[in-house]
Amino acid sequence: MENTVTNFDHTSEYTTLNLGPTHPATHGIFQNILTMDGEIIVEAEQTCGYIHRAFEKIAEHRPFYQITPLTDRLNYCSSPINNMGWHMTVEKLLGVQTPKRVDYMRIIIMELARIADHLICNSVIAVDCGALTGFTYVFQWREKIYDIYEEICGARLTTNVGRIGGLERDFSPACIAKIREFIQEYPKVLREFTSLVERNRIFMDRTVGVGPISVERALHYGFTGPNLRAAGLDYDVRVMNPYSSYQDFDFTIPVGVNGDTYDRFRVRQEEMWESLKLIKNALENLPEGKFFAEVPEFYLPPKEEVYKNMEALIWHFKIVMGETDVPVGEVYHSVEGGNGELGFYLVSDGGRAAYRLHFRRPCFIYYQAFPEMIKGSTLSDAIVTMSSMNVIAGELDA
Amino acid sequence: MSEVNNAYLLKELQDQFAAFITQVDEPYGLLTIELDKEQILPVLSFLVKHPELQMQFLTDVCGMHFPDNKGKELATVYHVHSFTKNIRLRIKCYMSLDAPQIDSVTSLFGSANWQERETFDFFGIEFIGHPNLKRILNVDEMEYFPMRKEYPLEDQTRTDKDDTYFGR
Repeated sequence: MENTVTNFDHTSEYTTLNLGPTHPATHGIFQNILTMDGEIIVEAEQTCGYIHRAFEKIAEHRPFYQITPLTDRLNYCSSPINNMGWHMTVEKLLGVQTPKRVDYMRIIIMELARIADHLICNSVIAVDCGALTGFTYVFQWREKIYDIYEEICGARLTTNVGRIGGLERDFSPACIAKIREFIQEYPKVLREFTSLVERNRIFMDRTVGVGPISVERALHYGFTGPNLRAAGLDYDVRVMNPYSSYQDFDFTIPVGVNGDTYDRFRVRQEEMWESLKLIKNALENLPEGKFFAEVPEFYLPPKEEVYKNMEALIWHFKIVMGETDVPVGEVYHSVEGGNGELGFYLVSDGGRAAYRLHFRRPCFIYYQAFPEMIKGSTLSDAIVTMSSMNVIAGELDA
Repeated sequence: MSEVNNAYLLKELQDQFAAFITQVDEPYGLLTIELDKEQILPVLSFLVKHPELQMQFLTDVCGMHFPDNKGKELATVYHVHSFTKNIRLRIKCYMSLDAPQIDSVTSLFGSANWQERETFDFFGIEFIGHPNLKRILNVDEMEYFPMRKEYPLEDQTRTDKDDTYFGR
């Protein structure tokens, strides 16, 4: 940036510009109060909380299985990752060991979700630079991922997929066929999208060097996920603290250099390839076995059993009414969400609901750096920076 | 060089701050200490600067409320993480409802800024030295701290709903 704040003529008058809360270019309910000198941003202040829904309070009044739908609505671009993260937190608290098949099935679902998340983020960066075609093209492929979700759990956006202890049902042959078709066809699409955008002169002019952050500042601001990796640090929860058998797989962590919008774009782009690799490996090596762990006190029995079997009926009743005992304890578990380390800090006092549940929402933490990143840049660059950070309103406000 | 694990981390902390650590626990493998609230800044800066540990990443800050724990009703919980050694630590600082003040750690971690504001917003814990301590997710006009346990989830005066069987 040549126009840094210090170069301004201080006799000129600044304009205050209210960007948001419902500005079409911010893709969600975000308000930024910008102090502008002409088209250059001098200062920015974000406000948040417009869609705060008090999930942490609600979670203190719900049995564990009813908290899953709340996690859907955090980062709604990749709800399955949030769901799985929550299930694994509870499983950690209960000391449940899930079968390998469950782990691999979860990896397939989570990586599909990661592709859906990154796909939207990247194509939206292109949209904000004026390239709508790529977006409309890859959006069809998010649709295909949603079709797979539908095959797995019946839902599309807010998936509520899986249960504590496993998944609600096995992958159907139709589902496996759809996943296979996706990993067959998607590389072509991704390559085409890449060739449309990645070396495009206009796109590069709009993104290279825009909204940069150094790795020191990124760490200071608590960045995780693709945004931290774009700045050059290879922290990935999947590798550092593997969960759900990620240690069985071989994949690389793409890192950037400059931490600018272009690097964030590139990192997400490369991560999609890695996710594809993971899905392929997991599907090929999908172990035989059960798709749930033996936790009758948390995992709902099959409905036919409930009608015929006394024990199943009792468990069903106890689970639905939230009457099963849980151990006293506190547990922190984190997963690599679409935007970074998504953590669940669960404190249980043995009651039917969590005593305290805190979500570590990566968006909420790294969005603090936004004013620093856009200071001295133009308004249009701020928009691109924001979409490249992938700030999701649901995750920001919980 | 000894191996960096929970025992080593605890020993390093005990060497310096033994008098201020009131309880040590290790639930699910994560070392948890209870610390005198006055010591939060010295302990965190010790961990950040420690040449072996380098706990430079503040994962999470959140509040807690225990109404029955007289004199120690409120707590802030910090999760810190060392990327170089992959070790985590949880620090809990209790304080009373009458004096809910604790030093802000924003001087060490920029990420604490909003997380402390969130904790203030929901629990009323005041962070001394915070640059901009005001509500973040709730409306500015709110007069209470909604995550405290005395505030029920729903309006208790409602009569059109009877779900006592569900414990709400």
